[in-house]
Amino acid sequence: MLRGLRFALAPGSFTCLIGPSGCGKTTTLRIVLGLDRDFAGTVRRTPPDLRMAAVFQEPRLLPWRTVEQNVRLALPSQQQDRTAPDLDRLFAILGLEEQRARYPGELSLGLARRVALARAFAVAPDLLLLDEPFVSLDEHTADRLRAHLLELWQSQGATVLMVTHNVREAARLADRLLLLNGRPARLVGDVVVPLARGGRQGEALARFLAALGREHPETVLA
Amino acid sequence: MPRLPLRLISISAFLLLWAVAASLAGRSEVPGPLAVAAFIVDEAAEGALFYHLAVTLARVAAAFVIAMAVGTAIGVLMGQHRRLDRLLDPWIILLINIPALVVIVLCYIWIGLTEVAAITAVALNKIPNVVVTLREGARALDPRLMEMAQVFRFPRLRLLRHVVLPQLAPFIAAAGRSGLALIWKIVLVVELLGRSNGVGFQIHLYFQLFDVAAILGYALAFVCVMLLIEFLAVQPLETHVNRWRPGASFRAA
Repeated sequence: MLRGLRFALAPGSFTCLIGPSGCGKTTTLRIVLGLDRDFAGTVRRTPPDLRMAAVFQEPRLLPWRTVEQNVRLALPSQQQDRTAPDLDRLFAILGLEEQRARYPGELSLGLARRVALARAFAVAPDLLLLDEPFVSLDEHTADRLRAHLLELWQSQGATVLMVTHNVREAARLADRLLLLNGRPARLVGDVVVPLARGGRQGEALARFLAALGREHPETVLA
Repeated sequence: MPRLPLRLISISAFLLLWAVAASLAGRSEVPGPLAVAAFIVDEAAEGALFYHLAVTLARVAAAFVIAMAVGTAIGVLMGQHRRLDRLLDPWIILLINIPALVVIVLCYIWIGLTEVAAITAVALNKIPNVVVTLREGARALDPRLMEMAQVFRFPRLRLLRHVVLPQLAPFIAAAGRSGLALIWKIVLVVELLGRSNGVGFQIHLYFQLFDVAAILGYALAFVCVMLLIEFLAVQPLETHVNRWRPGASFRAA
């Protein structure tokens, strides 16, 4: 379902993969993660053992472990003892202090999504992959989580690849947009977002989105 | 909490019915609850009751541990590898359908009238059930959680303890609960056929004497031991394992 797909991610960059539903965005992500091995081609990670973390479409938490245990269990072995990393700040940023001892089954979807974000950031990944992490959240919650994501990305310096079909979200978060479309899907656009992070609202954002829509109507408007 | 009084009423009604039926029959082959209780007290004072209960319990425990460990390992492997499943499935069907008595007799003939043969026979009778239950459990493992664990590079032991075992726990509990009941019944047969101690051996002995009070006494005493295990070990363990389920604290209260 993918053909001739070729791209490189600059260290520390924030890239969004955009395209209509079912065009292979999630598959691309799964190939990068090493979860899908049924493809011809290569994925080169430098260094090869670089630390990855993922936020899936569903939170994928262990329902039999508390919020805090879910986050801690994702840490590498040398950090498994209770003292090692400072999770307090992370839980505070994501507003999860009150939820640390609760089980995922007691959480709303929005809270569970935050736990999934906390888990991904706790491991301080070199490469963070997000698969529509804010879909089916109310706009207010989604906006707050996007702000948290940016804040954590800026403080940690991870390379981020995020899949979304929400162009507006992509344009507000990413440095670069990869547009995927067709059957089999290929890269139809590689756009650098020319806006400063502070100025991504109102008129400037609308102009950028309109231009993007004129250039790639079948990918962006679908 | 109306649960306890209802249970008490139920048990008292059973004892009453038993006493009435026994007095109507009026024969020594149908002893009343008092006669059975008297036997249990005598046998306990003598020490024989505890000795035979302990021997049988040890056999139950050994066979249970072996059957659960071997059955779980085989079941999980079969649930995860389709080829292995196809390869071993006929054996499991065969083993499930061989009568317990045949397995016991063959074990005694081939291994000898030994403790090893007795426990092997009991375990062999239980293993296929455990395999079938745990195979279902392994098939039901959530691939999304396995992928999550793979991405975050869970080491093998962490994966097993925090991702796999909690998902298998309900299946292990189901296999264990039905296993305990099945195993102690088979242990009695094994003891009857080829051991010189244990509850099964005593029942065999009193069968030859036609002493029904003694037979019922031993049977009841062992049922009580199993009930104690259920209430003191199995149920608290289940509550602990299920504490994460929504509403668990409500149910436990």
